[in-house]
Formats: sequence, structure tokens, C-alpha cells
Amino acid sequence: MSSSPSSRLSGAPGEEAALRFLLRKGYRLVERNVRSRWGEIDLVCRKGSTLVFVEVKSRRSLSAGHPLEMLTPAKQARLRRATFFYMMRSEHPKASYRIDLVAIILDREGRVQEITHLENAVEGE
Amino acid sequence: MPGKVISYVLDGLSAIPAEVEVDASSGLPSFTIVGLPDAAVQESRQRVRAAIHNSGYDFPLCRITVNLAPADLRKEGPLFDLPIALSLLIATGQIRSSCQEGLVVLGELSLSGEVKTVRGILPIVRRARGAGYQRFLLPAEGAMEAALVQGSSIFPVSTLRQAVDFLRGDLVIPPLEAPDWTAYGQEPVQVSDFAEIRGQETAKRALEVAVAGNHHLIMVGSPGAGKTMLARRVVTVMPPMTFEEALEVSEVYSICGLLSKEKALLTSRPFRAPHHTSSYAGMVGGGSNPAPGELSLAHHGVLFLDEFPEFRRDVLEALRQPLEEGRVQITRAHGTAVFPAQVMMIAAMNPCPCGFRLDPRRECRCGAGEVRRYWNQVSGPIWDRFDIHLQVPPLSLEELTGDGGGEPSVAIAGRVARCRALEAERYASFGIRTNAQLGGKLLRRFCALDSSEQAFLRQAADRLQLTARSFDRTLKLARTIADLDSQERIRLEHLAEALQYRGAVDWI
Repeated sequence: MSSSPSSRLSGAPGEEAALRFLLRKGYRLVERNVRSRWGEIDLVCRKGSTLVFVEVKSRRSLSAGHPLEMLTPAKQARLRRATFFYMMRSEHPKASYRIDLVAIILDREGRVQEITHLENAVEGE
Repeated sequence: MPGKVISYVLDGLSAIPAEVEVDASSGLPSFTIVGLPDAAVQESRQRVRAAIHNSGYDFPLCRITVNLAPADLRKEGPLFDLPIALSLLIATGQIRSSCQEGLVVLGELSLSGEVKTVRGILPIVRRARGAGYQRFLLPAEGAMEAALVQGSSIFPVSTLRQAVDFLRGDLVIPPLEAPDWTAYGQEPVQVSDFAEIRGQETAKRALEVAVAGNHHLIMVGSPGAGKTMLARRVVTVMPPMTFEEALEVSEVYSICGLLSKEKALLTSRPFRAPHHTSSYAGMVGGGSNPAPGELSLAHHGVLFLDEFPEFRRDVLEALRQPLEEGRVQITRAHGTAVFPAQVMMIAAMNPCPCGFRLDPRRECRCGAGEVRRYWNQVSGPIWDRFDIHLQVPPLSLEELTGDGGGEPSVAIAGRVARCRALEAERYASFGIRTNAQLGGKLLRRFCALDSSEQAFLRQAADRLQLTARSFDRTLKLARTIADLDSQERIRLEHLAEALQYRGAVDWI
């Protein structure tokens, strides 16, 4: 549960921006970069009584598509699994929770151009 | 607390109550439907979600499980949209009410929250009323169908908001007034009339006999002889349907989504003329979720099969049993659906492939083999279903140009009605209604002949080589002709006329 390594170039500034954005919206940070054998969760926040897991996607260029399109079914399945096991080990496994997506577009210098927050981006099956 | 709303599943013409339960629990938000839903029911998740959202209610972020009970029964169609939406709003506390108890809810939702009509409202409401339900929340568009069912309170809604407000008690919907159906049959909308047909007096007489006893009939004649014209006018001389009969037919049309929104009751007898390329399922009914076919759509009316030999052999053979039993039974792995099929079948065919074999003015181009092949396409057993074999001659010039129309349908209908009443009265305690249904003991009892008639028929049967079945059919026909003549006993002239309608085309 350490901070991200410097090799993840665009991820780090994106995550910072996403966190600032969420804090302004009234979310409280619980944990960052939770890694387990079931996958990684970028941000774990709390809004009211709901635990919100946030996947941050950032891109410097739109040539590969908008970051909102990056949530592939495989990635969604990984997120479901990771959050499920997180809940299992937490103090309140029955609490309500959801998975959000924050998509960020950065310019060449790494400045934030646009932030989109998608609530309940990944649904259960 | 789970929400619960009662809806209905239609299986053929039988309807089974289905509980729509919705549970909302915490966890990763999801929306699942269980209880053997088909694709249309699965898709209702998208419609319900959008409709709830666009109607200004909250679609909750929690684990939503919809259960359609009984779970072993296949659920199909979009009619669960409205019950699911209401049940969901109850489960999430957005409707606090017990008003839905004893209320049957049906309806499809549009993305914007409008309530759209669904198929089968009439049979569902009738069965549900029989099962004791009295209150129905239905799409306004199709509510008139339900108003046909006496003793039911119909609350029509056209949007999800109205339905919610109704359950909350914020909106009072006056129950739909049932129209006065006692006067339903008094507007005969006859588009055609027998008076328009000149000549063809023999054919008209044969058709009158056929309708009077509800006998199946086959016409053989050249193109242009007026076979289709004659057949179309048969419904105009049939007695008006009773209210109960009209309901039975309307139910089939309701399942097929063919009822008109304003009238909702079929008041004139159906005339169905399926094309000879019709498929098995289209004709008899079928599909994995059995739907009625043309045979059931012609219930209490006329099924007209033009170009009879051109129909697919398996389709024609499939007609045999339903015609005999008056109902279609479609059996699938998961159950059997039954649809009514009491029809008068009228078939028409050319005497040969080119069509001019009976026409004195035209030369027939067909070889003997071709003609035989053409006729062989109709199997003996099917041929046997027709009580009346009628030859329709091409009209001569004098007949075509002769002035003065024929007898109007009303006059013929009057005689037919008297005859049918006579039959109904005679067979009241035997569970049949028409002469065509006579068989076995009843046939012997009601078609008893005096000795001279007996001798005449024996002799004719010998000369014409009538089979036993043909013999019986001749008797039944003679019974009808005697009834038209208001005679208790069957007399020589009745037998003679009946014999005319048998084997009239056997020479081909």
C-alpha cells in the first residue's frame, strides 16, 4: 500500500488531480493504490456511508480514444474482483459500495485539461 | 423490504399469475432479473432504468434483484416493465402503500416513462377476473379490451408517473366505464352482399346449405368464375356472433395485437384468406412461444383457402385434427398451448393447372398426367373433410349481363338463422350445435330415414360407389337441407339435393 512508482508517468499526476477533484466534491480519502493479488484499486474514498472505489484513467492524447472508453470488460472484471475481496477483508463487509471512474485528459506538460467523473461506472453482475 | 406486485404470464390462452418481487440490498450496484425471463424481459432492465430516471425518480445504487415467480414458468414479452418499475419503487421506499395488493399490473415502458400497451390484455384480464382479481392497472391504450370483462375495475394509465401517483393515493383514476355491449351486434357493417353476384344460383344455394349446417365446402371452377367473390360473402349470411363468441375471437386477436384500440371487440365474424405460401406455424399456430395461426384467427368465422392444392402438403394435413376437434393444440417441451379453431373451411381450386378444363369457351392445355398430379396434391383424408363439393361453372354472357341483382344477404341470413336455431334447439342437450358435428349414434338418431328414402339412398350409394364416410356426410347434408325446408323428416328431394353436393367433381 505504497505510493505509485515513478515509472508510471501519466498515472501519478492524473491520480493527484483526481484526488483533489474528489476531495473538493466532498469525498474523504481512505486509501490509495491498494494492491493485492486480485488487482489494483487507484483510490478508495468514502462519501457519506458509501465506500467509493475509484479507477483513474488519464491520457495525454486522444489519439487512442477517450479515457472513458478505456474501461474494458477485462478491466471491469478485475475491478469487481479486487473490490469484492477488499470488502471481504474490511470491517464492514456488508456496507454499500460502488466503483467510479475518473477520466482525465492532460496536455503535453502534464497539466489537467479536462476531468470527467462517472459514478457507478462498473456494475455488479 | 422487498416490493411485490402481481402481474400475469400468458401461456397460449391460459394465464397464470406471476409475482414480481424486487429486493434492493447493499453491495456493488447491479440489476438482475431471475425467474426464467426471455430476451424481451431481460431488456426491460434498460427500459425500467431509463423510465424511472426520466420520470424523476431515483434509480437506487444498490444490488437490485428482480424475481418473477413461479420461477419454472417462461416469462416473455415486455409486459413486466411496469410491474418491475413499481415493485422497485416500493422496494426502495419511493412508494409507501399497500394499495397494490390485489391489483394486477401490466404494461410496457418507454425510455421516457410512457406506459405502452401489451398483447393479450383481454385473455389475461378475463382469466384473472375468473381467478378472483378485480382491480387492474393497465396501459390506457389497451384498457378498452379489459373493459369487456364484467365485474372488473380498470384503471388506465399512460405514464409511469400516473401509476406511481395512483399507488401513492395522490391521483384518483376513475375506473374505466364499460361500454354497453348488449347493443354490440346492432350495427352490421357489411361491406359486401350476395345481391352483387349475378347468376351462380347453384353455388349460392350450396353456400347457404353449407352455412346453415356449418359444413366445410370446396369449390372447383375456372379462374374468374367468382369463387373468391362467393366465399367473401359467406360471412354476411352467418348469424351474428353471441357476445361470448365475440369475446373468444377477440381474445385470439388480442394475443396477436390485432384488436383496434377504440372498439376492442370483434363484432363481425372473421374472414381469413391466408396465401397458399403460408407456413405451418402461420397457419396452425406455433413458434417456440406458441402463437395462434390463421386457423385460430378464423375462429367462429370463415377460413378461405384459395388455390387449395398449392398449399404445402404438411400444412394441409396439419389442418385435419384441429378441424375435427375445433381447437389447435401446440405441444412444446415446456408445455401445451391450446387455441380455439371452430371454423367453417371454404376451399377453392381450379379444375386443372391451366384452369380452363370446365370452361366451354376456352381450350384446356393440360395433359391428363398434369391434371392427375394437380388433384393428387390434395390427399383423400383432407378431401373427405369437405361435406360439399361444388362445381362453379364459368358465367355465361347472359348471366353476366342479365339485370336484376341476386337475393340480398339479409334474406339468406334470415333462413340460415332460423335453421341454425332449429339445430341448436335440437342438439341443446347433446353438446353440439350444428349438423356438421353429427356423428355416430346422433347421426343415426337424427337422420333416420323412412323406408322409401332408405331404399333410394342405398341405390344411389351403390351407383355412385359412396364410401361409408361419404354416405354419412350425405345424410348430414340432407339433414341440413331438410332443416332449411323446416321439415322434421328427411325426404327424397332433400336426399337428391344432398347427393348433388357429393361427388359433383369426382369425374375429373
